[in-house]
Amino acid sequence: MVVGSGPGGLQTAYSLARAGVTNCAVLSRDPAPGGMFRRWPIYQRLISWTKPDAPVEPGTREYEWYDHNSLVGDEPEHRALVRGFMDRAYDVPARGEMEAGLVEFAKRGDVRVRYECEWLTTSRDENGFVLGTSDGEYRCRVCVFAIGVTDPWTPPISGLDAAPHYAATRTPDQYRGKSVFIVGKRNSAFELAQGLLPWASRIVLASPRPVQTAVLAFSPLSIRYLSPYMQHIRGGSGSFVVDAAIERVERHADGYRIRASGTTWEGELELEADEVIAATGFRTPVRDLPALGVAMVNDGRMPAQTPYWESVSVPGIYFAGNVMGASAGLRKHGATSAAASVNGFRYNARVLARHIAEKHFGIKREQQEFVRAGAVAFLRDELAYAPELWIQKGYLARVVETGGGYRDGGIVPLADYVDRDTGDSCAVTVEYAADGAVTPVVYLRRNGRLAEHTLPTHPLHRFDTDEHRRVLDALIS
Amino acid sequence: MEAPADNYVDALSRLALFADLTHPQLEVLAHSFDEEVFAAGQRVIRQDVTGGGFYVILEGEAQVVIDGKERSRLGRGDFFGEISLLTDTQPTADVIAATMLRCLIIPDTELKPFLLKQPTVMYRMLQIEARRLRAANAWDG
Repeated sequence: MVVGSGPGGLQTAYSLARAGVTNCAVLSRDPAPGGMFRRWPIYQRLISWTKPDAPVEPGTREYEWYDHNSLVGDEPEHRALVRGFMDRAYDVPARGEMEAGLVEFAKRGDVRVRYECEWLTTSRDENGFVLGTSDGEYRCRVCVFAIGVTDPWTPPISGLDAAPHYAATRTPDQYRGKSVFIVGKRNSAFELAQGLLPWASRIVLASPRPVQTAVLAFSPLSIRYLSPYMQHIRGGSGSFVVDAAIERVERHADGYRIRASGTTWEGELELEADEVIAATGFRTPVRDLPALGVAMVNDGRMPAQTPYWESVSVPGIYFAGNVMGASAGLRKHGATSAAASVNGFRYNARVLARHIAEKHFGIKREQQEFVRAGAVAFLRDELAYAPELWIQKGYLARVVETGGGYRDGGIVPLADYVDRDTGDSCAVTVEYAADGAVTPVVYLRRNGRLAEHTLPTHPLHRFDTDEHRRVLDALIS
Repeated sequence: MEAPADNYVDALSRLALFADLTHPQLEVLAHSFDEEVFAAGQRVIRQDVTGGGFYVILEGEAQVVIDGKERSRLGRGDFFGEISLLTDTQPTADVIAATMLRCLIIPDTELKPFLLKQPTVMYRMLQIEARRLRAANAWDG
């Protein structure tokens, strides 16, 4: 069973069907596909790009690198669907354009969902799990929860619960001439600040951690961050970005009084605001899963997961969608999964579907076989072009089995490859080195021992050179 | 195991390593570095794989394993991964979750700036390393 009809649920259900799992039911409390994109982002513009025209043909695997929003299809007519809905006002889609792309994917990909069937309770029986829903009980062996990270979450700050959460933000014109205090400095906080710039008289964003400008400059969030932050840096505009731990929020007849302690500066701050908004993030709406034994992480906000996105404490319960980000992988030099956005988790969901098909339903994948030179060329091309490896750097790997011939071992989570010995093989990944350089890496497993090899970088990121072929060839021999 | 009753900041505040940090400093720590939970049997750092981080145990136990042999056990408040970061070498041991294991993680590239910004944590870390060295010498002798 799959719960959820957002991009994570749709991709998982689609890929399960393509992997041969035909007895899969998809439930959703919503009346139509789209998940969070039926409502959010609140100011209606995404931050991840889709280039309607690119140097490569839309619908090819290479085009996925230029289109971070469409789900990934096995058949050509299911691919690159978001571009067709874009009005080209921006290179990032509007919320409605994204939603339309998802609806089209569900329709063309024949993803059948029982809409308006809300999952309410979870229990076990001898064969697996029983999901209590608004439409009666459903029984299953394996359950994938693709339920997003959509429940408003507010940290335990005295008085903050009296202020509305990001999710309850009103239209920007209703903040006209007001001073607005936003708790938080991540995506949603800066999104609000950007949206309120033309309306509010003063905007203060505050949270303990300083803005990391070096990270920000290269982040897809820069589109949302830059104006409010630059106005703060240049001074005098009425936008302020403050590093402070919020100690207390007091509601009074005319608005709010906020008390905070500096984190990157010494001292206390007390200020008045007409409005306070808690842009403090979201949690996964896990309902009764913790009572069933599902361990949580990130301050209790997301379920803790294995490299294959299975609950670390309740086998048979899996997660898909942006909640997959809580399975962080090897964290080499701090890099984790790109699962916070569709471009990353669409691949994870496909890998998960193949894993479930194989592990729980005994469905073996067809494996392409190679002669040795073919295997070398295949791995080199994967390093050079595979969108899975380029988008999920240091997280997803392409494997070729090398014990007695050469066979494609598929795309797998790197952490699982490194930690589980499945025989002689070779895996390739694209990773960030310690200095930030995009670097091809090869892992070789032989007689139970694993060795890591770094291949040369290239100023134009070209990993399809003769040198790369020679190094790979020498390693695999 | 259900979600812990207290929050992440509270859990950090009770560890000896962070005992000298003020509340705002603990808030920065909690907002800057991730928490992760590992299943029993899952590897946390790996012998011969580069790029690992610095881990502080918030809950649970871990085994230190060298070439397949358990050498020691770690529990709440213990930390690991720092030797390979400080010496810029690959880890010489696997650290494997012995029970469900909850950790704070500071990535390799961020450990030095963090310690330089929080010298009280660096001093506490040095004290603990000194005790470990003394225990190892006593054991060897």
